Amino acid sequence: MASRSSTLSRALDNRNLLGLLFMLPAAAVLLLFLTYPLGLGTYLGFTDTKIGRAGEWIGLDNFAFLWGDAVTRLALFNTLFYTTIASIIKFALGLYLALLLNKHLPFKAFFRAVVLLPFIVPTALSALAFWWIYDAQFSVISWVLVKMGLIDRYIDFLGEPWNARFATIAANIWRGVPFVAITLLAGLQTISPSYYEAASLDGASPWQQFRHVTLPLLTPIIAVVMTFSVLFTFTDFQLIYVLTRGGPLNATHLMATLSFQRAISGGNLGEGAAIATAMVPFLLAAILISYYGLQRRAWQQGTTDK
Amino acid sequence: MTTADATGEPLDSQGMNYLVTLPRRVVTIYLPLGAFLFVLLFPFYWMAMTAFKPDEELLSHEGNPFWVSNPTLAHVKKLLFDTPYPEWLWNTVLISVVATALSLFCSVLAAYAIERLRYRGSRYVGASIFLAYLVPPSILFIPLATMVYQLNLFDTRLALILTYPTFLIPFCTWLLMGYFKTIPFELEECALIDGANRFQILVKIVLPLAVPGLISAGIFAFTLSWNEFIYALTFVSSSEVKTVPVGVVTELVEGDVYHWGSLMAGALFGSLPVAALYSFFVEYYVSGLTGAVKE
Repeated sequence: MASRSSTLSRALDNRNLLGLLFMLPAAAVLLLFLTYPLGLGTYLGFTDTKIGRAGEWIGLDNFAFLWGDAVTRLALFNTLFYTTIASIIKFALGLYLALLLNKHLPFKAFFRAVVLLPFIVPTALSALAFWWIYDAQFSVISWVLVKMGLIDRYIDFLGEPWNARFATIAANIWRGVPFVAITLLAGLQTISPSYYEAASLDGASPWQQFRHVTLPLLTPIIAVVMTFSVLFTFTDFQLIYVLTRGGPLNATHLMATLSFQRAISGGNLGEGAAIATAMVPFLLAAILISYYGLQRRAWQQGTTDK
Repeated sequence: MTTADATGEPLDSQGMNYLVTLPRRVVTIYLPLGAFLFVLLFPFYWMAMTAFKPDEELLSHEGNPFWVSNPTLAHVKKLLFDTPYPEWLWNTVLISVVATALSLFCSVLAAYAIERLRYRGSRYVGASIFLAYLVPPSILFIPLATMVYQLNLFDTRLALILTYPTFLIPFCTWLLMGYFKTIPFELEECALIDGANRFQILVKIVLPLAVPGLISAGIFAFTLSWNEFIYALTFVSSSEVKTVPVGVVTELVEGDVYHWGSLMAGALFGSLPVAALYSFFVEYYVSGLTGAVKE
């Protein structure tokens, strides 16, 4: 009895063995439901699997078909357009809001808490609110613009291709700005006020202080935040699914919604998986560009605090 | 020492903010901040207004749309008694709580092992946990759907309980690693000398000190599960098993006539629980959000 418990306790003192034991639950879940499906998804992209029918290996046929498919090309364009415009505006507005919240304000904690609300409620549900706000007949935006005499008939926000693109981008920005603002605010709060005191005593203008103190010190966190932001935007699904389902005339289809439509609604699992797989290189590129690009700039400016 | 430049304009710096005059502050800070708040909060106001507005007011172009003259509970009543909404709420709570608990359990052990046991290769495992966090659900849902189907889990709550940890565990582990890092090694060394084993150390010393981290991870994981959409849309098809976001979007939207009142009531009551939870734990939530982004 005594010897058995001592063998056990000696085994438990071994870091590697114990580490393995502790990692087991997480590793089991992640290997089974994350790593394996990642591989399976890539494999499915090279097969003609349909719902209810195992597929066969067809090589690059799916990708060849998608390359020639006008809807897929449009979805790729939409995704790039959506991601670029939304990310740039989210960054600009988020940084502006973070700078505003970083000032000395009464009820600062309250403002910060309220600002984050769009980010924490279910996107599918807030998208429904936007759907109602964008309604072709009863839109409150149109109502206000008509009353102000700026337009004479209601805007068809989600019925016209370019209107729909910008309407969905606006909803995405609404949801994403709080995330960018609050994380950048956390970054701003780590910058010591003495830098600003020193800069203003040296006669630096507010813009110069922003340009030469705030921005360089914030660069590492901007890199991480924007990597996340681009990633979430590029793979967005729920907002489009709820607002337009990809319409009108596929004008708002993103890669994710198109892959859902082809795989789940249309039953072509192989084709849908190929679209999803085609997103991976873009994601990797986005991560590498925003991460290493901005990291190197931070390094060149001598702010390697890592 | 001058506190103003040649044109008499106060210097605007964070360290010397008190020098800025009030009218200037109104224009440069309060006005833009007010605009931000208005836009960010308006959809919620609109949700609430619509949920309590009678249909005649909703579908009329006359009158002031920003206010409700005869508030009604008809939409709420319809939602609670004529739709499976209460069932969806219960499903969402159940799935979110179980998935969060499961993920926290796995993440605590994993984060402790990576950060404190420092087994061989733990650095690489830590980095791959971060990469796992970057894998978006929209590229996983198709292969996961085929797996769910083969495992006979299609249309069950278990399908969601088992798949949500794929994004919860990487997030929670990454967050908890940061918290465990801040606990002094000396505490653990003392306990080891006193004869405690690693499991006792984790439960009796590390976890009590990491309570804020556990709350952050728990709250964040709960809201992420509550808000999840694409898995719940794909892996479940019967009304009894649906979660609130999916149920509201797929079943309350019927035909060409939209019941905006009950739709917005559904959106409102689906958002309130997370909003309430969030309002109690704002600090934990924000530290979770910023902690996960920082390294």
